[in-house]
Amino acid sequence: MSTSPIRLKLNRPRALLLAGLLGLLCAVTLLLGSSVGSTGLEPLLSFGSDPVALQIIWDVRVPRTLGALLTGGLLGLAGALAQGLFRNPLADPFLLGSASGASLGVAVILVGFGVSPLASQWFVRLGLTGAAFMGAVLAVCLTLSLARGVQHTLRLLLAGVIVGVVLGALTSLLSLTRPDILQTMQAFMLGSTAFVGWSACAILAAVWLVCTATGVAFSRVLDGLALGEATAYSLGLPLTKLRGVLIGVLALATGTAVAHTGLIAFVGLAAPHLVRAIVHARHAWQLPLASLMGALLLSLADLLARGLIAPQELPVGVLTAILGGGYLMWLMNRRGLAHD
Amino acid sequence: MTEPNTTLSSDILALEARCLKVKRGQRSVLEALNLKISRGRWCAIVGPNGAGKSTLLQALVGVLPFEGEVCLLGQPLQQQSRQLRARRIAWLAQGSVQSADDLAAYDVVMLGRIPYQSWLGGQSLADHVAVERALKLTHAWELRDRTLNTLSGGEKQRVLLARLLAVEAEIFLMDEPLANLDPPHQVDWLVLVRQLIAQGKTVVSVMHEVTFALYADDLIVMCNGKIQYAGKRDEPALHREIENVFECRIAIQPLGTHWVALPTLT
Repeated sequence: MSTSPIRLKLNRPRALLLAGLLGLLCAVTLLLGSSVGSTGLEPLLSFGSDPVALQIIWDVRVPRTLGALLTGGLLGLAGALAQGLFRNPLADPFLLGSASGASLGVAVILVGFGVSPLASQWFVRLGLTGAAFMGAVLAVCLTLSLARGVQHTLRLLLAGVIVGVVLGALTSLLSLTRPDILQTMQAFMLGSTAFVGWSACAILAAVWLVCTATGVAFSRVLDGLALGEATAYSLGLPLTKLRGVLIGVLALATGTAVAHTGLIAFVGLAAPHLVRAIVHARHAWQLPLASLMGALLLSLADLLARGLIAPQELPVGVLTAILGGGYLMWLMNRRGLAHD
Repeated sequence: MTEPNTTLSSDILALEARCLKVKRGQRSVLEALNLKISRGRWCAIVGPNGAGKSTLLQALVGVLPFEGEVCLLGQPLQQQSRQLRARRIAWLAQGSVQSADDLAAYDVVMLGRIPYQSWLGGQSLADHVAVERALKLTHAWELRDRTLNTLSGGEKQRVLLARLLAVEAEIFLMDEPLANLDPPHQVDWLVLVRQLIAQGKTVVSVMHEVTFALYADDLIVMCNGKIQYAGKRDEPALHREIENVFECRIAIQPLGTHWVALPTLT
């Protein structure tokens, strides 16, 4: 039988096109982010002659813009994973309490060892990443045990909210014990790319590679879950094992993002939605596309946060919370109308 | 791993359950049920709501925990690898799926090929051929690029049926396959089942359309988690049992060479 694999012709070019476009836009924001800052375009213009200008660009602007892209990539990936795993289009890394768990892990390190979130030493960045990952895993396990599994979406959502609130309160309590670092800590927790240096960039990039590769390799289970848990099982998918792996990837991606840029809400929720609005594809495509979309969203938000009230800057987490909140409300409204 | 098709003799049962018990929470849904389903035949399961029909199918495919023993093509279900089991028996769940709403019909049907795909390997030409064949069998080929949320209930059902067929299993379990289908497509389904049987496949269907069920080779009548009667479609005792479990609100009468279930209005 000579059938033309229709899907190869129809959807892949569209997905590829979107991937190319997103990649290109990310490159543009990287250039823009590296060119403009609190000192304007000046360092760029005197790039060749002025060593200070070179330092501003190379040691401050490039790593933080790259950091914004990589963090957005991790959050977009984590969002797509959460929405696929829990078959809930409103799921995001914050739903499972994983982000709150990660920030608690970070707070424990910052308060316990008295380090500053500005520190760029390798062992500090790695330690923060590890602690955030542990915190995220702990929070997800707590949420899952409270919800007694993932079978009941509502119970899962509620458990995630409860865990998020309780761990968030613990984090605040911890930071209160150290008034000397309270302000930096708060700035960090609001979500900011200002703390990202080259060491953080390297860690973010490594984790992004690992998480994306693992997610894509195991994406079949997410496709299967779209038909419901029982049907996925009947198709021979080893659900328990694979779900464990993917929850681990989710926790690692969220934890790493939180460890280096604090709490940045809604990027993980919005990125997969925007991708699905443009292409309908299998998760093997959706995960990297959502990741690219997340990278673009966060780097754009970061540019805005740096430019809106220059030379002052807004914490990018505050900006994404406001923009993302509006988007979520619009989404809920639209879904509500669709159901009526 | 032995290949299923070469080692099986024709007298092996497609499915056999011995002392099958299933509980949902504290409530016992199936009680010590025994069942034999022959290969290459169509068996229809009928019974009132809550009789345990869907639960039985779920236990037979292994998606519900159960006590007792279930043999699939002569081997205990638990002793077969996941992949082998998934290639031998395919199951169509009752009702629609919400979460696959934004997938294109073609991609939904492709999910039926999961038992044949390795982790990193993509979709083979054989997968695409099987998907196209399945979509054409359920007359859903022209819907292939539409996402599920743009389809009507009946169109969705045909896509989900195609998903089942794409597994190309030995045994097909279908839970209310006629739900939402209009009369021409219900007849198409009947033709399809006969094609499957002619290919030596086994079909087990749970259905409320008694007249359609009376086209099956064998029927099982269930009530309150037990099998009340199992027999061939022409047995008068079977017809009386069906009327009984439905509180004599329907009457089974001959029409030509077939049987019809008519409402009794008193």
